[in-house]
Amino acid sequence: MGTEPVHGRLVVLLLFALLTASPAFAQIDLSGSWGATNNEDLAGDSVPVDYTGIPLNPEGRIRALSYNESQYSMIERQCQGLPVFYFVQGPFGVKIWSDTEPVKGTTISYTVGAWENRAPFVIWMDGRPHPSKYAEHTRGGFTTGHWEGNTLVAYTTHMKAGFIRKVGPPISDETTMTTRFYRHGDVLTVLAIVEDPIYLTEPQIMTRSFQLQTADLSPVGPPCVSAYQGRMPGESVPHFIPEQNPFVDEMTTRYGVPRDAALGMPETLYPEYRKKMKPGAARPAVCTINCVAAPPPANR
Amino acid sequence: MFPNKGDYAGVPLNPEGRRVADAWDPAKDQTAGEQCKGYGAPAIMRIPGRVHIVWQDDNTLRLDTDAGTQTRAFRFSSAAAPAGPATWQGSSTARWERAGRGAGAGSLTVVTTNVRAGYLRRNGVPYSENATVTEYFDVAPHPADGQVLIVTTVVEDPRYLQRPYIVSSHFKKEGDGSKWEPSPCTAAW
Repeated sequence: MGTEPVHGRLVVLLLFALLTASPAFAQIDLSGSWGATNNEDLAGDSVPVDYTGIPLNPEGRIRALSYNESQYSMIERQCQGLPVFYFVQGPFGVKIWSDTEPVKGTTISYTVGAWENRAPFVIWMDGRPHPSKYAEHTRGGFTTGHWEGNTLVAYTTHMKAGFIRKVGPPISDETTMTTRFYRHGDVLTVLAIVEDPIYLTEPQIMTRSFQLQTADLSPVGPPCVSAYQGRMPGESVPHFIPEQNPFVDEMTTRYGVPRDAALGMPETLYPEYRKKMKPGAARPAVCTINCVAAPPPANR
Repeated sequence: MFPNKGDYAGVPLNPEGRRVADAWDPAKDQTAGEQCKGYGAPAIMRIPGRVHIVWQDDNTLRLDTDAGTQTRAFRFSSAAAPAGPATWQGSSTARWERAGRGAGAGSLTVVTTNVRAGYLRRNGVPYSENATVTEYFDVAPHPADGQVLIVTTVVEDPRYLQRPYIVSSHFKKEGDGSKWEPSPCTAAW
């Protein structure tokens, strides 16, 4: 009888040790093929000047307005790709897998598979440090991750300068990104917070949800092969004089979106901007472009 | 603002859903006193605006929206929701998900039924009274200050949707309620 409390304490201590042990394994499984639902009501790149929701500073806006999508016809730019956070913006699903340390069984890394215009997103889970600030910057950047409960938290540095949206709003090579992966059953929601001291006035926050699918997605996209598309190597870079961008009012004309909102003025991110919108806003006409219902699920 | 009539891009509507969306008449809604059809539980978290969350009592989390001046009640009781007529915000049951090791509070899961038929988007894209809304509320730190609330919304509606409609929205926590500005539902711009 007298030994029972001691055994009880031992059991409690063992349980406590097990429950509080530092997590050597994934908290939840993120591996699998996650299909894009594409149910969001924002396209973000349906017209050339759509910077809605991006808190651009004046320099970022000028650079964005100078961008001409014809740059993609240049052989040297056709395969330049987009930053890794395009996976929460683009229309494609993602395949996620882990690499495991063979003896201990711990997770060395997670990889969010690539697409034609997006580098793979490798999240190192083994505690390695970020490289020197002088190290090479790549399209995929350098990312480390850790678990906070059931949430995978990743931090990315060393990205190349590029675009925060396909239509030209820029990011600098000082950009960092914090990504959080929330899995709820068969639904995966990814939060990406992008910070850029050069072109943004405040962090750009994006979310995107995916749904687990049984059809296997490819871990890599099709290879990007550059080819002649009307511009010879060495020709001038297509661009606009920012003040003369011919598409600056297209969102206003087509959708009734005020110019300030289309240009990513920071104040337009917040609800109170609605009061400024009403005076000049016209009721939109019947939708005639980009208005179809979601297609059946596709293995993309 | 809301999308043009007939703009249901990305919504997995079935043919019946498209037919109803194409028949949208905001003036008729306004006249019929149904201005809140675009502010129901399946859609309210996508309406630009602010939300205010407080504990109403020991078992009920209350979420108010300034857009449309709507109130949602998330009941943590395991007892069945009180029967009654369908409402814009329906009846919601809530539970905390396990946070996992090394974390504080977990996610909040809310399931809502008994909603009054309304619009997934304010331009008349419909959901029916048979819709079920499952929401996941997560919180993350904001790099500048405060927190970010992420809401993942899954709407299932056998009447108008071919498959679940899934969207995620985020909110930045503010230091006080000085920008809180309730406004009534409107079917107009």
